[in-house]
Amino acid sequence: MIAVAAIRLSDLFAVVMLFGVYSLLTAALFMDLDAVDVAFTEAAVGAGVTTVLMLSSLHLTKRWEVLPRRKPLLSLLVVGITGAALVYAVLDAPLLGDPTAPVHQHVTPRYIEQGAEEVGVPNLVTAVLASYRGYDTFGETVVIFTAGLAVLLLLGIHEDARMRPGVSAIGDQVVLRSVVKPLLPLILLFGLYVQFHGDFGAGGGFQAGVIFATAFVLYDLVFGDGSARSVVPPGWLHRLAALGVLIYGGVGVYSLLAGKAFLDYSALAADPVHGQHLGVLLVELGVGIAVFSVVLLIFYAFSGRSRRR
Amino acid sequence: MIDIIVGHYNYWVVIFLMMAGFYTVIDRGNLIKKIAGLSIFQTSVFLLYISIGYVSDGTTPIIAEGFTRYSNPLPHVLILTAIVVGVSTTALGLALIVRINEAYGTIEEDEIHEQDKSL
Repeated sequence: MIAVAAIRLSDLFAVVMLFGVYSLLTAALFMDLDAVDVAFTEAAVGAGVTTVLMLSSLHLTKRWEVLPRRKPLLSLLVVGITGAALVYAVLDAPLLGDPTAPVHQHVTPRYIEQGAEEVGVPNLVTAVLASYRGYDTFGETVVIFTAGLAVLLLLGIHEDARMRPGVSAIGDQVVLRSVVKPLLPLILLFGLYVQFHGDFGAGGGFQAGVIFATAFVLYDLVFGDGSARSVVPPGWLHRLAALGVLIYGGVGVYSLLAGKAFLDYSALAADPVHGQHLGVLLVELGVGIAVFSVVLLIFYAFSGRSRRR
Repeated sequence: MIDIIVGHYNYWVVIFLMMAGFYTVIDRGNLIKKIAGLSIFQTSVFLLYISIGYVSDGTTPIIAEGFTRYSNPLPHVLILTAIVVGVSTTALGLALIVRINEAYGTIEEDEIHEQDKSL
């Protein structure tokens, strides 16, 4: 329902706000479907980072949508036909929650039964993410890095002339200031916990990176445009993003040099399970650093751009 | 018949969201609206994967004593990374829109086409 409202409204500001709510609801739904790690990510990314990014691009463009003059009939027809085809396809699909569904038969039983012994990590999501499917995750990290680079190429990081550290665009909000100040160290601490406890509880590099970045985004929003830059200068972030990807790749190359396959962490220590655990920690650290710096870089790129016509 | 309708209700939600997003992408001319539609489409795919990984009476895939049935961790991994990749690609799209606005002074598709024709 919220999705529909978000599509129909032509005030783009309201659209963005509804979108944040929609994201949070999706996160709750993921939680209900036993996917805590995913819910975590969706809540941090969708309700936090995306909303801020969309708001800043609204600030850089226009708030009101011009309604199209053409008739929506053709698009409705295309959508209707596609939807009908999908409904027809779904009739053969397995029921919700059916443990005998084909997805649960192959590969997964091995992850669930032997994951804890082979990788030494109780959180199976982390085990699959970092170890069994380490190649994919490496690819994803590189994609994030590349997207960050592309945003930088398009927008660049500028210093807005009107931007003064310590002066916020929303004015000096005493209440916000005093709420956010004690909250920041807690957010950072929580980020660290999520990063290094991701192998036992829910969490990991992706979530921790986003949480860390959100803390700085919040600081920047409340304590004045550009004040986060004096804490973490953009110049460092370029290097940090590359460092994160390099840590991940470096672990892979190290295991190659040690005579095992690329990203085979059992090469990292004498005891294979111990090596796996170490590998998971290192790789998650690389992911965390890369995600953190890319998200913050993107935020800097958007917030530093002044409105031009 | 009732079984089919109720047992597949996750798919109905997914299809509805997917088509809502699809409609927004092809029908709306505003570029930011298109990005929002694309994101809704994207979440519908996330929801599809996560609901496929769900096992009734199962629990979160973190090994603990007293549980033997866990939901499928593989879709969780795929979607977890896809969400973070999704936000960076959305940011890329928004960056493109910001540049388009600087070059054309508008983010409406029709107006951009008109300006292109008059060149």
